[in-house]
Amino acid sequence: MELPLPDEAVRLRVPATDWRDAVRYAGAALTAAGITQAAYTEEMIATVEQLGPYIVIAPGIALAHSRPSPSVNHAGISWVTLATPVEFGNADNDPVSLVVGLAAVDHDGHIDLMAALAETLADEIRLPKALAATTPEALRAALAPTEEGQV
Amino acid sequence: MKKIVTVCGMGIGTSVLLKMNTEKALRALGLDGDWEVEAADIGTARGVARTADVVFTSADLVDEIGTVKAKVVVIRNFTSVAEVTERLQELV
Repeated sequence: MELPLPDEAVRLRVPATDWRDAVRYAGAALTAAGITQAAYTEEMIATVEQLGPYIVIAPGIALAHSRPSPSVNHAGISWVTLATPVEFGNADNDPVSLVVGLAAVDHDGHIDLMAALAETLADEIRLPKALAATTPEALRAALAPTEEGQV
Repeated sequence: MKKIVTVCGMGIGTSVLLKMNTEKALRALGLDGDWEVEAADIGTARGVARTADVVFTSADLVDEIGTVKAKVVVIRNFTSVAEVTERLQELV
């Protein structure tokens, strides 16, 4: 499966000032893409305030999300790269330059999406290209599964 | 059959990602017949951990899980199959 990333779900090189700001960009992109309602953004921030910066899952990468809630319309992701990396307070993986916003309506209805995301984030060829993208088109081209093996 | 529980705060993102990479690592090690993997959120983790042998989670959540019978293992990079593979090799 290809990661569903319409223009509305993508924000590139945004000038986020701190981690809350970065998560707000990811939330605004989820809302713009029709995936969530605006309240979900604050739910994602509350998750970090409550449980700590565990959402920084790999060096430079945060997976911003909260639990399934009435603020979620359907499962989906947003993709936000930061002009300047910000600290989330995660000793192992700070600073963060990519925030992937994630929303889901239950615990296992988005398994295909997570499989595609896991593959993308572990891909040493596609990920650097995706991080360098300056337009949503370039991002989608970098992430396209057909790119694999052609490099 | 032994059981690994992957734990994150909400049970939809991080733990699911870690479950997938753990299953991938188990297959590569030829151990997928010996271990099953389940994802859980922090609210249900303590209960689920009672029936598990191992808990995989992040450093931030170790204190939340507290003392359980299962061995609690910290994973630093949830997207790294290599790191999960190393932790698995230490277990078997």
